[in-house]
Amino acid sequence: MMNKRNLLAILLTLLFGLLVVGVVSAQQPTPSDDQVNAIAKQLYCPVCENIPLDVCPTTACAQWRELIRQKLTDGWNEQQIKNYFVQQYGARVLGTPPPKGINWLVYLVPPVAILAGVYVLYHAFRSWKRPAQQVNLSPSAPGPQAEMDPTQDEYIKRLEDEVRKR
Amino acid sequence: MNEITTSPAEKPSQKVLPRWGRILAWVGLFALLVVVAMVLLRKQQGPVAIGQRPPSFTLTTFDGQQFGPAEMSGKVVLVNFWASWCKPCEQEAADLETAWRYYQPRGDVLFLGIAWTDTESASLAYIKRFNITYPNGPDLGTTISQAYRTTGVPETYIIDKNGNLASLKLSPYSSLAEIQAAIDPLLGP
Repeated sequence: MMNKRNLLAILLTLLFGLLVVGVVSAQQPTPSDDQVNAIAKQLYCPVCENIPLDVCPTTACAQWRELIRQKLTDGWNEQQIKNYFVQQYGARVLGTPPPKGINWLVYLVPPVAILAGVYVLYHAFRSWKRPAQQVNLSPSAPGPQAEMDPTQDEYIKRLEDEVRKR
Repeated sequence: MNEITTSPAEKPSQKVLPRWGRILAWVGLFALLVVVAMVLLRKQQGPVAIGQRPPSFTLTTFDGQQFGPAEMSGKVVLVNFWASWCKPCEQEAADLETAWRYYQPRGDVLFLGIAWTDTESASLAYIKRFNITYPNGPDLGTTISQAYRTTGVPETYIIDKNGNLASLKLSPYSSLAEIQAAIDPLLGP
């Protein structure tokens, strides 16, 4: 009988303990400024353009940072918070625009411009180098390469014919 | 003699992009310039002009009501952009509320408050603080303010019964009389 009472007491204690642990684990600790700023620095308030939210001194930005803290306390993750801000204030609050619609230009134009630049430079360098090679390849006495070039031979022959006619 | 000047050795140095490549490059450049021009034009447009039909919108208020073109039709509509962190907005808040209470019984005047880039809790605290009773809601996604091309807060747009913009105020109203002076001529006899 005593054993049964003891067992019941232990079970009740364990059950109560589990409930307490459950309640404690459901509460989120207050997020630190660093945690808030880690998200805030990826956002921009439309009121003060070009100033990230983590360093923006206005009241509006302070309210937004508090909102981030509140959402973190509620257990939201970074992406959920960013989605919420986009829904509330538009995509322009994001530091990096989402890759859709006209925003694709932001991601496509720079690499395409760089590739085009590399292509242009490559051809420019090649065209600068070529005249120097031609000077070396065209001495007064024809080199072995010129002698073997049939188009060159034909050209010289036509030139000689022209001179002979005159 | 012209044949002499066109040396076959020079031909490779005149190598250029293939035709399709050149066309593609020019089309790309032109498209980019068009996009840049459109963005610049839009930024330089300024706010909606008086006499023009302002963009239509639907406002969902903080308590879930919806005010769209159907609710605004045939009424004089005052659209006020504000924010809880905006000190000049506080100057006109009491006058706007007094004006609303003055015109509300007529039934042909509608006031709409639009909270711009504000947090909901701060907006609700502001509404409670100034005892504002006319419909107020957030500018979700800042779509309404972008359509109106607002430059800040407070800004107030008064639309006549025909749906055209009759008055525009880019600063706070200084008195109740100023608000009445903007609305009364639109009401008719």
